[in-house]
Amino acid sequence: MAKTKMTAKVVSQEMIGPEIYSMWIQADEIACQARAGQFVSVYTRDASKLLPRPISICEIDRKNRRLRLVYRVAGAGTEEFSGYKAGESVEVLGPLGNGFPEVGPEKSALLIGGGIGIPPMLELARELKCKKTAVLGYRDSRLFLKNEFEPYADAVVATEDGSAGTKGNVLDAIREEGLKADVIMACGPTPMLRALKAYAAERQIECWLSLEERMACGIGACLACVCKSRETDEHSHVHNKRICKDGPVFEAGEVEL
Amino acid sequence: MTDTRVTIAGVELKNPVMTASGTFGSGAEYGEFVDLNRLGAVVTKGVANVPWPGNPTPRIAETYGGMLNAIGLQNPGIDVFVKRDIPFLKQYDTKIIVNVCGRTAEDYVEVVERLADEPVDLLEINISCPNVKEGGIAFGQDPKAVEAITREVKRHAAQPVIMKLSPNVTDITVMAKAAEAGGADALSLINTLTGMKIDIHKRTFALANKTGGMSGPAVKPVAVRMVYQTAQAVKIPIIGMGGIMNADDAVEFMLAGATAVSVGTANFHDPYVTEKIVDGIRAYLERYQVEDIRELIGAVR
Repeated sequence: MAKTKMTAKVVSQEMIGPEIYSMWIQADEIACQARAGQFVSVYTRDASKLLPRPISICEIDRKNRRLRLVYRVAGAGTEEFSGYKAGESVEVLGPLGNGFPEVGPEKSALLIGGGIGIPPMLELARELKCKKTAVLGYRDSRLFLKNEFEPYADAVVATEDGSAGTKGNVLDAIREEGLKADVIMACGPTPMLRALKAYAAERQIECWLSLEERMACGIGACLACVCKSRETDEHSHVHNKRICKDGPVFEAGEVEL
Repeated sequence: MTDTRVTIAGVELKNPVMTASGTFGSGAEYGEFVDLNRLGAVVTKGVANVPWPGNPTPRIAETYGGMLNAIGLQNPGIDVFVKRDIPFLKQYDTKIIVNVCGRTAEDYVEVVERLADEPVDLLEINISCPNVKEGGIAFGQDPKAVEAITREVKRHAAQPVIMKLSPNVTDITVMAKAAEAGGADALSLINTLTGMKIDIHKRTFALANKTGGMSGPAVKPVAVRMVYQTAQAVKIPIIGMGGIMNADDAVEFMLAGATAVSVGTANFHDPYVTEKIVDGIRAYLERYQVEDIRELIGAVR
């Protein structure tokens, strides 16, 4: 089995937060291979938009071969997706990228998501067998997905406006709660990832970050979505790893942010 | 039997469908989706004498019916390319066309000489990349420079030479004739059109490079026009490209005067598209009972 582009069926669609939508799709060939931290490329029906939208996988239902995509409406493409109803079809390419690594059961992990970086951490919380705490950063008290973490992990919240949990960002919450772990895994805005990288380096904690960048092909051919890397990359032997193929998940020390 | 073979500078392709440089790597990634054996040729991403890191990100932006890119010719350099990419492509029954980029005439010559003993069928010389400051398009917008670089490359090349032309010129036929005068065996056109996109919410350029090369179906009529004009102006064969999304578009380029076609941006929209175009061209030929695809080349005058 390998990456495939297929016509999936929308199973359900609902708004779960401010401009945040949750869409379950029936995508047999992709769902049976996917793992936490991978993503799919979703194509619009509007032929004037050629490039697919990369969207992280929020949950994988392997039994029913379904994927849950939780995304923010950020432009006309995602706006179109948000209008899809159950039973409609959607073109999807995946699974793409490497996903998060496994964590030994004797270790403890902080699973950190900021804003629209929260969704991929849910599938990770479901899959990891170790002790784990989710640290979720929101703008305000509209805490989308927070309850869904609770069966799998303790969930700690930070909000920018202080209306729920710790006022501030995810690092403020980690400090306020005195959270400690052997491994950090995170997805969110670049300033958050940069701060977590510094935090983990100071304390010599293993740290894995999921990055994003504008993409075209999604499979490693076009070299649009590169990030600066410490090691030379496998493709061009410069210092540009491909987020779509070598990532999106990188060991924090490996990438410059 | 429908004959889909075409010949470029003595190299016979099983069909006229090839990949546009820079959109397809050296085939490894798209080989997971399409059978490379079914393509007329794979045109590789541009390779220079040494590795190039390319431009800062964001490197791409979507536009209406197209896209802008400013990758900046990131590539591993000829050493890695010869060890890795050529042996990979040799596993397949398709022709290998290596796209060559450089900052100076010496850069181009160094790569071309390194390729002399390699199992490469054709060279495509990129004198039209709009996203690098030196070399690239600087060679492609002045007919004297086009002729000189063509002649220099031809002096050192073991394989036939295709010159890839820029549309960012007043009269493409002037550049085409200059390349022909310099000894080019064939021409590729068009490379991307220089464009720009501004993010009105962030009040910044969408691309870190500010400008980028525009491609996709929105540029196709410009490309068809330039292929047609060039076909009237030169005797050497033309590889047509610019916004080809399907077999109908490919046939249109051939009718305008292209001997073969390259498919680029469409790969991003559909990773299976190159094979679909091979099949679609055959279906067109059968539908109109065309026995030899070469009857299409330049048939509309």
